[in-house]
Amino acid sequence: MINAIGRDIPEFVEGFGPVKKYLGAFNSLPEGNCYGPPIKRAAVGQSKLYHSLEDLFKSLKIESGMTFSFHHHLRNGDELVNQVLYTASRLGLKNITVSLTAAFATHAPMIEYIKNGLVTSLRTSGVYGGLALALSRGILPTPVLLHSHGGRPRSLRSGELKVDVAFIAAPSADDRGNITGVIGKSACGSLGYAFPDADYATHVVAVTDNLVPYPLIPASIGQNKVDHVVLIDSLGDPQGIVSGTTRITKDPVGLHIADTAAKVIEASGLLKNGFSFQTGAGGASLAAAHFVGQMMRAQNIKGGFALGGITGYMVDLLEEGLFGNLFDVQSFDLESVKSIARNPNHLEVSSDLYANPFNSGCLVNDLDVVILGATEIDVDFNVNVITGSDGVLMGAAGGHPDTAAGAKMTVIVTTLLRSRLPIVVDKVITATTPGETVDVLVTEYGLAVNPARADLRDRFVAAGLPVKDIQELKNLAHKMAGVPQTIAFDGPIIGLVEYRDGTIIDVVRAPNL
Amino acid sequence: MIVRRSALFVPGNNPGMLQTAGLFGADVVILDLEDAVAPNEKDAARELVARALLNIDYGQAQKCVRLNSLDTFCDDDLKEIVPSQPDLLMLPKVHRASDIKELAGQLDKLERPSQKRIEILAIIESPQGLAEVYDIARSHDRLMGLLMGAEDYTAMVGSLRTKGGEEIAVARALLVNAAAAAGIESFDAVFTDVNDEEGLIKDTLLAKNLGFTGKGAINPRQVKPINETFNPSPLEIDYARRILKALRQAEKEGSGVASVGGKMVDAPVAKRAVNVMNLARKLRLLGQEDE
Repeated sequence: MINAIGRDIPEFVEGFGPVKKYLGAFNSLPEGNCYGPPIKRAAVGQSKLYHSLEDLFKSLKIESGMTFSFHHHLRNGDELVNQVLYTASRLGLKNITVSLTAAFATHAPMIEYIKNGLVTSLRTSGVYGGLALALSRGILPTPVLLHSHGGRPRSLRSGELKVDVAFIAAPSADDRGNITGVIGKSACGSLGYAFPDADYATHVVAVTDNLVPYPLIPASIGQNKVDHVVLIDSLGDPQGIVSGTTRITKDPVGLHIADTAAKVIEASGLLKNGFSFQTGAGGASLAAAHFVGQMMRAQNIKGGFALGGITGYMVDLLEEGLFGNLFDVQSFDLESVKSIARNPNHLEVSSDLYANPFNSGCLVNDLDVVILGATEIDVDFNVNVITGSDGVLMGAAGGHPDTAAGAKMTVIVTTLLRSRLPIVVDKVITATTPGETVDVLVTEYGLAVNPARADLRDRFVAAGLPVKDIQELKNLAHKMAGVPQTIAFDGPIIGLVEYRDGTIIDVVRAPNL
Repeated sequence: MIVRRSALFVPGNNPGMLQTAGLFGADVVILDLEDAVAPNEKDAARELVARALLNIDYGQAQKCVRLNSLDTFCDDDLKEIVPSQPDLLMLPKVHRASDIKELAGQLDKLERPSQKRIEILAIIESPQGLAEVYDIARSHDRLMGLLMGAEDYTAMVGSLRTKGGEEIAVARALLVNAAAAAGIESFDAVFTDVNDEEGLIKDTLLAKNLGFTGKGAINPRQVKPINETFNPSPLEIDYARRILKALRQAEKEGSGVASVGGKMVDAPVAKRAVNVMNLARKLRLLGQEDE
């Protein structure tokens, strides 16, 4: 079947089942009632505390065929996923579905657990490192389901994703199950991606390496939602969890793009009191935030909120009073971890509140502007952030499709060429964010506006910005780097790209490796 | 009117930077074959720069190539680069007027008749070059300007290179004066601390006040501060506007003398006001009332 962006998607995928057709960014509506987990009880005096994962597995009768979930707040420092899978493997379990909100290089041991039949299914927003390459080679018996940050809480709410055991890495916990991410040796700040798991999993297990005396106040997730607490030696490597201070890029090309992006925001008319904004932690995105901050300062504009993954740079803007609030679903660096602990205007938010399209109102819907990256963008403004130009998995959808759908203006920033590869293409290899939700592309050679946004185009032209047609940008890239040879992707399906509404927007086929 | 406030050096052996050099608003891009390129990479860089000149759109920027010095690889550079039609060639280590004449002579031989005449920009970076700077400045009509090479100069003089630049005060003044006397442009030395924007602006303002017409940049991030510093300030524009108005008024009243703020406007002051307004017009810094 051909979906709304012209992708040919099978109606049934082996190892996944029937496929819901993508109908357009806003055309699929929710049906039915919310899924509910079992009603729970903790008896008076009953201990929740375990001293090893193996004890927990035995006590809970965790068995083959179950679904485990994990958050990715510990990023490339995470060791919990590996420890849980190691335990499951030792106990002889098979056929486990893993729902991990994003997979990093540290999760490469999963390759062995896939090979030995422990892990047979994976749902994630994206995969990095050795695991990504192995998945691209097709080692998993079922296609990996690639969802957005907002799509995942939607699937928990709808019951499409039923989690048997949620293993929530908790940088600090007490023995009743109150947990927080803001303190402890594995502190990671916000635990936003774990909130929906605590609401919907059959067994909610907090795993900590820092047990504190009761009561832990304030708790991110409270004892009324956490069924069990496991104390282990270490959740992971703090070096990989949060980076040091995130710095603005010094790359002149990145700064040039950021400068243009900031001028685009100014010319859009959206930069006024109450301005709400999201940007990535990448160098150019952060630089754009820096230039936007300068404009706000100069024009005495007080923003409303900044959203998403939060960096120390956004903390500075909050503390300066340029924004009223930070809504933090993920804290990227030490400064943001410290800030969320001390500043009541820096709020921890769940991925459901952040971006779920099927709840009573998510935060992305109130974004004025989001600045996002791309590994490729095509002449229809469809964006790929999941696979490289060789079709290998290399990135994460994250909140990209969600924020693009919600924001009044979505700005993609990228260089026109990466090494010698044109980034503006006729057709992206993998579509993760539909063009109808993307408004502006900013490159070092000028910007292009989605034809559906003639209003913006007029404003940018009037402001003297270097507006070009997207075909013109593509042709310029071809002129400099040559026309790349088209790669045919006709291998088996190794991944399904789920749009935030639960439909399948694209499939990832095994590249020729 | 050609505006040359900033002259951005780009390594001639870096394809990525050659490709993007025109994006940052530099008035001149200098594709460097000299210091940025190791001797065993000169041939590859030459070929790369020649192709960049022919194929890359540098927009408004003038295209310049920094050659190797006359006593090293300059001949080979010229054979490869001249057919690619740069606007300017920068000659380093110019010690005497005959250096410029020698290069000009080679250009006479190598340029095709249909080709736009290539101009020369000389780097003065030795005590001898500075001692003979006026002779150099008026040595040939291809010479469009002089650039101060402060790093080599201070090393050869034996002075300590500092951010304040006291050690090159005399050198700067001599170079500016020689260029002004010969009616050519003068470019100040590069500011090497690329992370000190405040220092760069201070250094650029000093250069502007000394009479330099432009300044070298070694990082694209330096271009914008240099351009903005060399742009006529609102105060300068306003002063020029008042001078021109006073002159018009005096002319209307048949008086030979105009004055602004109690000071008489003589010919050089009037000329300077015209230059400021022309530059401001070219840079689109003027409002409708000035047109």
